Amino acid sequence: MGWALRFYRSTIGKKILMAVTGLIWVLFVIEHMAGNLLTLKGPEAINRYAALLKSSDEILWAFRIVLFVALVVHVDSMLKLTARNWTSRPARYAKVAHQTSSPASRTMRWGGVFLILWLVYHILHFTTGQVHPDFSHTDVYRNVTVAFQSGGKVALYGAAMVALALHLYHGAWSMFQTVGANHPHLEKPRRWVATAIAILIPLGFITVPLAIYFGIIG
Amino acid sequence: MKLTLHVWRQTGPNEAGRLVTYDVPDASPDMSFLEMLDVVNERLIERGEEPIAFDHDCREGICGSCSLMINGVPHGPRRGTASCQLHMRTFQDGDHIWVEPFRARAFPIVRDLVVDRSAFDRVIQAGGFIGVSTGSAPDANAIPISKAAADRAMDAAACIGCGACVAACPNASAMLFTAAKVSHLGFLPQGQPERMRRALAMVSQMDLEHFGGCTNYGECTAACPKEIPLEMIARLNRDYLKATLVARD
Amino acid sequence: MELNANIPSGPIADAWETHRFDMKLVSPANKRRYTIIVVGSGLAGASAAATLGELGYNVLCFTFHDSPRRAHSIAAQGGINAAKNYQNDGDSVYRLFYDTVKGGDFRSREANVYRLAEISLNIIDQCVAQGVPFAREYGGLLDNRSFGGAQVSRTFYARGQTGQQLLLGAYQALARQIAAGSVKMFTRSEMLDLVVVDGHARGIVTRDLVSGKVESFAADAVVLGTGGYSNVFYLSTNAKACNVTAIWRAYKRGAAMANPCFTQIHPTCIPVAGDYQSKLTLMSESLRNDGRVWVPKAKGETRRARDIPEAERDYFLERKYPSFGNLAPRDIASRSAKEVCDEGRGVGETGQGVYLDFADSIQRLGEDTIRERYGNLFEIYERITDENPYQVPMRIYPAPHYTMGGLWVDYNLMSTIPGLHVIGEANFSDHGANRLGASALMQGLADGYFVLPYTIGHYLATSKPGPVDTSHPAFRSAEQDTHTRTARLLDIRGTRTVDSFHQELGRLMWNHCGMARTADGLTQALERIPALREEFWRNVTVSGGPDHLNQSLEKAGRVADFLEFAELMCRDALDRGESCGGHFREEHQTADGEALRDDAQYAHASVWEYRGEESDPVLHKEPLTFEHVALAQRSYK
Ligand SMILES: Cc1cc2nc3c(=O)[nH]c(=O)nc-3n(C[C@H](O)[C@H](O)[C@H](O)COP(=O)(O)OP(=O)(O)OC[C@H]3O[C@@H](n4cnc5c(N)ncnc54)[C@H](O)[C@@H]3O)c2cc1C
Ligand code: HEM
Ligand code: HEM
Ligand code: SF4
Ligand code: F3S
Ligand code: FES
Repeated sequence: MGWALRFYRSTIGKKILMAVTGLIWVLFVIEHMAGNLLTLKGPEAINRYAALLKSSDEILWAFRIVLFVALVVHVDSMLKLTARNWTSRPARYAKVAHQTSSPASRTMRWGGVFLILWLVYHILHFTTGQVHPDFSHTDVYRNVTVAFQSGGKVALYGAAMVALALHLYHGAWSMFQTVGANHPHLEKPRRWVATAIAILIPLGFITVPLAIYFGIIG
Repeated sequence: MKLTLHVWRQTGPNEAGRLVTYDVPDASPDMSFLEMLDVVNERLIERGEEPIAFDHDCREGICGSCSLMINGVPHGPRRGTASCQLHMRTFQDGDHIWVEPFRARAFPIVRDLVVDRSAFDRVIQAGGFIGVSTGSAPDANAIPISKAAADRAMDAAACIGCGACVAACPNASAMLFTAAKVSHLGFLPQGQPERMRRALAMVSQMDLEHFGGCTNYGECTAACPKEIPLEMIARLNRDYLKATLVARD
Repeated sequence: MELNANIPSGPIADAWETHRFDMKLVSPANKRRYTIIVVGSGLAGASAAATLGELGYNVLCFTFHDSPRRAHSIAAQGGINAAKNYQNDGDSVYRLFYDTVKGGDFRSREANVYRLAEISLNIIDQCVAQGVPFAREYGGLLDNRSFGGAQVSRTFYARGQTGQQLLLGAYQALARQIAAGSVKMFTRSEMLDLVVVDGHARGIVTRDLVSGKVESFAADAVVLGTGGYSNVFYLSTNAKACNVTAIWRAYKRGAAMANPCFTQIHPTCIPVAGDYQSKLTLMSESLRNDGRVWVPKAKGETRRARDIPEAERDYFLERKYPSFGNLAPRDIASRSAKEVCDEGRGVGETGQGVYLDFADSIQRLGEDTIRERYGNLFEIYERITDENPYQVPMRIYPAPHYTMGGLWVDYNLMSTIPGLHVIGEANFSDHGANRLGASALMQGLADGYFVLPYTIGHYLATSKPGPVDTSHPAFRSAEQDTHTRTARLLDIRGTRTVDSFHQELGRLMWNHCGMARTADGLTQALERIPALREEFWRNVTVSGGPDHLNQSLEKAGRVADFLEFAELMCRDALDRGESCGGHFREEHQTADGEALRDDAQYAHASVWEYRGEESDPVLHKEPLTFEHVALAQRSYK
């Protein structure tokens, strides 16, 4: 076990954990986004899908636990690395000129924190329903169509999607580098894949709230 | 050309430092940046003041001594160029120029612009070598090495150990420096036997020296006078992951 | 003092082999008990310290740099020679030996040179095993290039950074020993004196450049690998910090200095641009493989290089030396450049420069091949001059580059002080009156990896030095001297900066003891140097204090030593009434302006013994005999 501990203690080890857990979440959001799009096909489609997901408690919880653990590990590493990085340069420069780092890469931490807060809200909103005006445990379609009548909600989700876009723009590129999946001629495709993920996923997500708000569905 | 310098002055590791402003009425565009500082220093000495301390030696961009943060960029605005190879023609008449030391917890300031980069030596001592004792080597041509491999090893080996990567990295991470050495030796057959333990040992020393972690900002490569590519960092990550999984010692 | 070179008897080809067998060994158990001080962590110092550490000695290694990897060796560009004959072009140990003796203009010791040529083979093996990424051919085998003064391709190189890669190899070997605990490394720590006890070198006094603390270190033997003194000229291709202090201190403690006037002027450097110039940048000699050197035929030519037609160009090296052409040895190439500039045919604003033109080879081989070969050198040139050598020819001019002279050592690399060994550029070396390109790296590594580690063992085994520690009065008084000297420098508080003295000395040496020397020029210099030294000690200003990082204090100490050393250099140049290699006395030249040796009177190494401030140094002569390479007028025509 010594090797595992050493790995976890090292900066590279933690970073690799972030990449792997990040990847798990990327896969989840892809699946989730695709699922959400069923809402556009109407109540039956999305509700049947939701019911299907919940058909087996074992699978559902296994699935939730994986996500939860992944997020905890992701955030734990983030906190430890951030603490380290913030103390590794005690005296600041009077003048700093960033040359290549993207705004996305420099907002990973705060963007991430915003995402996690939003996520808590999001779950209370659509999964457990506490913050939902009238919540139904079976009718997902109704939950969303009701929720997104309000411009405020749409805006909030919009903001979350921007945060997600930024996070993925750097993250989905960065994770390859972190696990060492890089080579001069992999450079371009990597950037391309990451950009695609960063645009398509948030876009796909936000269409549903917008469609509802502008009365295209619901 | 006329310039205004804002230079970091600090008398010792634990003293408080500050930016001091100096006017340079008569810099020549053909001067190197260090020659410009020489001129400033000569005047300070004549006035009985202490000259600005800065590390330098070869003035050819190869020894890695010079280490100036110029206008917020290690080694200044010109890419792939060490401070000593930067010439004043890259600046405009009337410019204000900020000159600071390379800053990192692992690089304590010794005086003014001089910092202690011995952490790099300790990272190399941890495993940045091939363990052959003198006299034990086979004929140099006994092991053919493809030109491609030799060239890539050379690309990585070009690192001059200046620390600009650390200075540029928002996390003060030494990943590029460490990755350059791990890659240099990793590209060569001679480097294989110790490859795994090298990655583990050098990374744990790097962490011990309290350099930051890498979040793939890419500032290091941009500042590197030898333009060591980011790909080297990916190679280090890969070696480290592999070492953890296969070489559980 | 009597000079015994300790050259092994018997046939030269097995001299080293027999000698190695005859030498006494130190048993593994005893090695640990011996402490060896190595001053310098350049190619010579680092390779020696690492190897001694591997052998099990207890090594203390010192450098004034912040890391061993910064040593000036790092700047070597072109390559390193070895008689591998991988190119099958007729090279051999004997040919490398022959070329080096001839290239040195018959002023080196045959036995040493032969050993050097032999060992060159092991060096390349060692470096490759360490991971030095030498250039390779597509077949995967090592590539070679040819270098000045040789007609075979025996130079191994790593792009234009050969010295860097070799030093990093040695540095990494050293790092391994530091980690193993066999070598203790002292960085930013400058040796300011040598301590001699009962006639044996037993330690050094250093100043910690950060804290200013003056400290003593005792040992059973001391090794100096402290590099060359080209900076006596102020402007040279050497790194700014290179200096003569270590060997000068040793000289004043009784180590004899040999051939101090043998300095090498490198033909291909970037010309001086202005009086703020702080150093000169070398353009590797390898450029002469594909570049053609020329000046306009007409004086005061004003057209741009490209506009000057072939017919009006003078490719003077190709004209004067048909067989070697642009690859003529350094001293010859340098002097020819000076001649044409003195004739008023020099190029560039100062008129102190000649063209090095790549147009033809770019046409022949294509720009990519040239970029592949010299890319980084062209970049360096472009950065400094703002001119693009792919389009306009480079402008080059000779500059001080290497010093063949240094502390005298015998075949075992031991100076005239028992226990004090000297390696690398710091000793009077195997290069005679002129060093061939790519041979200094070879010598530094030969000394450090393969010669000294054996011979020092022999010294320890035979002389069995007894215990001493730093409480010995010799250490105390040496420390005291250092304190007093530092205090004096700080107390003067005059009006002239250290650099201005250094610049004046440099100009003086360049004019009178540089590329061409005359009796009355040297006599003048010998009058002016003491005057300048006197002013220095009266009027120099050094700011700051003794007990912190104080770069002007460091410089002051080094320049003070240069001011003393320069005098010995001129004295030696004046005494040597002949021209040989890098030492060109205008009174002694052939009708067509070639160096004219006088073997009858000067086939010896001039070895100077210090006799105190008041009295003049005494000249001893080590006769040089040439049994294998017949004395002959060097001809590269
Ligand atoms: C620009 C340039 C290019 C060159 N190119 C080539 C080439 O292509 N091929 C070739 O064969 N040769 C070349 N040479 C020559 C060669 O590089 C040097 O002769 C050789 O590297 C000298 O090595 P060294 O170990 O003897 O000394 P150095 O490398 O100079 O090392 C001296 C060491 O001693 C230390 N030191 C000195 N004084 C003190 C002191 N008082 N206290 C403590 N430490 C001290 C220094 O810190 C340093 O570590 C070149 C030289 C120059 C200037
Ligand atoms: C506009 C965008 C989004 C909409 C409309 C939306 C909608 C929903 C809905 C309706 C549910 C309940 C599903 C069910 O109970 O069957 C849900 C669950 C969930 N969503 Fe979202 N979601 C969006 C974006 C996201 C994003 C970006 C993330 C992650 C970063 C996310 C993470 C989750 C999680 C973790 C659950 C709980 C799954 C479970 O365990 O049941 N959602 N979402
Ligand atoms: C919810 C709270 C989250 C926080 C606080 C957070 C924070 C971070 C931080 C600080 C990084 C490091 C950036 C880097 O090193 O390059 C990171 C990387 C990453 N994050 Fe998140 N993140 C969170 C959620 C997510 C989610 C929901 C996803 C996916 C939808 C995700 C995917 C990634 C990916 C792929 C990376 C790249 C890992 C790497 O660089 O190797 N993160 N995250
Ligand atoms: S990687 Fe580049 S920036 Fe970092 S130390 Fe090496 S040369 Fe300097
Ligand atoms: S800038 Fe720093 S974050 Fe990594 S990519 Fe370079 S080390
Ligand atoms: S001074 Fe040597 S790299 Fe700049």
